[in-house]
Amino acid sequence: MADIQELEKIASQVRRDIVRMVHAVQSGHPGGSLGCTEFLTALYFDILKHNSKSFDMDAKGEDVFFLSNGHISPVFYSVLSRSGYFDVDELNTFRKINSRLQGHPTTHEGLEGVRIASGSLGQGMSVAIGAALTKKMNGEDTTVYTLHGDGELQEGQIWEAALYAPANKVDNLICTIDANGQQIDGSTDDVLSMGSIADKFKAFGWEVMTIEKGNDMKSVVDGLKHAKSLTGKGKPVCVVMHTEMGYGVDFMQGTHEWHGIAPSDDQLAAALSQLEETLGDY
Amino acid sequence: MKKYTDQGSKDTRSGFGAGLSELGKTNENVVALCADLTGSLKMGDFKKAHPDRFFQVGIAEANMMGIAAGMTVGGKIPFTGTFANFSTGRVYDQIRQSIAYSDKNVKICASHAGLTLGEDGATHQILEDIGLMKMLPGMTVINPCDYNQTKAATIAIAEHHGPVYLRFGRPKVANFTPEDQKFEIGKAVMLNEGTDVTIIATGHLVWKAIEAGEALAEQNISAEIINIHTIKPLDDEAILKSVAKTGCVVTAEEHQMNGGLGDSVSNLLAREMPTPQEYVAVNDSFGESGKPEDLMVKYGLSTQNIVEAAKKAMGRK
Repeated sequence: MADIQELEKIASQVRRDIVRMVHAVQSGHPGGSLGCTEFLTALYFDILKHNSKSFDMDAKGEDVFFLSNGHISPVFYSVLSRSGYFDVDELNTFRKINSRLQGHPTTHEGLEGVRIASGSLGQGMSVAIGAALTKKMNGEDTTVYTLHGDGELQEGQIWEAALYAPANKVDNLICTIDANGQQIDGSTDDVLSMGSIADKFKAFGWEVMTIEKGNDMKSVVDGLKHAKSLTGKGKPVCVVMHTEMGYGVDFMQGTHEWHGIAPSDDQLAAALSQLEETLGDY
Repeated sequence: MKKYTDQGSKDTRSGFGAGLSELGKTNENVVALCADLTGSLKMGDFKKAHPDRFFQVGIAEANMMGIAAGMTVGGKIPFTGTFANFSTGRVYDQIRQSIAYSDKNVKICASHAGLTLGEDGATHQILEDIGLMKMLPGMTVINPCDYNQTKAATIAIAEHHGPVYLRFGRPKVANFTPEDQKFEIGKAVMLNEGTDVTIIATGHLVWKAIEAGEALAEQNISAEIINIHTIKPLDDEAILKSVAKTGCVVTAEEHQMNGGLGDSVSNLLAREMPTPQEYVAVNDSFGESGKPEDLMVKYGLSTQNIVEAAKKAMGRK
């Protein structure tokens, strides 16, 4: 088990990776990536039972994570490489031609750690249910995790999946919603207000819990451990995790403006001055 | 000329059901998902024999495609079952991203394809599904012609690693394929050799092509009849070899002219061997309610239409 300070150090390096990757190609999605850095760091460096050194698509005996909001690929790629799935130098190829690190994650280029393509929103929960059902059929005591954007919940397929999982007692599934309240055109309340996300999942029959401080490492680790303790009890688990888009870089924080734009040279320097280099830049 | 006999008409969807039941016994990794159409898809026997490997997802086809994709992680071979319309057009993006682009070993099994769905009308009579599916990189597209061939195809696709679209239908049609005929994905079946015109048919139009061949023989026209059950990958070699001999071709299918088997054949011929071609297919139109056979006549998919198309193609040599 990693301690919180160690995880925070890793998170700082992951944030450096994110802004450097997006800056290098002047495209990508830094806002959501920075907001979910604690979550993915905690998951891959503490929570998941996984084998990063010998990736196998079937993941037998391993926990599995599916990134449903694929546009936050920078944080996913950084965490995958930093946890040993592939060489960190490959982060240099992000979004460039002939790269395995496509704009949105894909299995198509054989990148270790990715088990489904995502980007077109709303599909990951269904995929995770399928993987969770297979794990049950295979007699495994493992857990399937997902991450979704809150804006992504506007896709209809999410609610087909949300209906299916409790009805069929898919209780080896933990779906986390990144509740940052922002989407491309503005706040989620302005674009298409969803009311209470927690109440909606409760009404569908999920076990729902909240991580109030999704950018506080201890809160995220404790929250995910609590979520794990809720599995195996007949219900799927939904974690509503409150984060701030752009967290960790003051001028990107708390706004939808940095959903999908890249920092300039000066902005990169300003961002990096706020993020300690802990593991060595790629 | 070889004579084919109807061993007793059956629906192709029942061939799928029988094939799936057999897979249930022989391959423990095969699982089945259905979106509230278990009876229509003839999946009842599988469900009864293997309740732990059958998943009722309700009227939620997008979720079904996603669940199927996810089930492959861990080694299952999911077969999804619903009508062709809801298997393709309704869930195109789910298939594109979660199955095709993600290289998932999912078998998309689609019944009630085309006009012969009949009375339910155009909302359910998809005539674009072959085109939609064949455009996806890596997707195999199969449209068998009768009960025996559909059963054999169902069993064969479980052994093939990769996404497959298997298309079949609702009505009872002539069952003439030998019960023990091996199904080879991507391999054309030569039904009758001939010298004057090549007739390439798929699905329900194969039996009509055989009938057309008999009618043409009575008029001293020698037609070569080929059953293309696999539209993708297409058996280029068989088609080119036949067309090199006959010099003209008719394609016949229960599908739009745009995007169907005829398109695939003309694409091949344009590149390799430009040849006069006539199409027996639906010409840029939706279907409508009616008895299947009446619809086939109204929309130009009858035996007589194939006969006329063959003569027209020969006239263009």
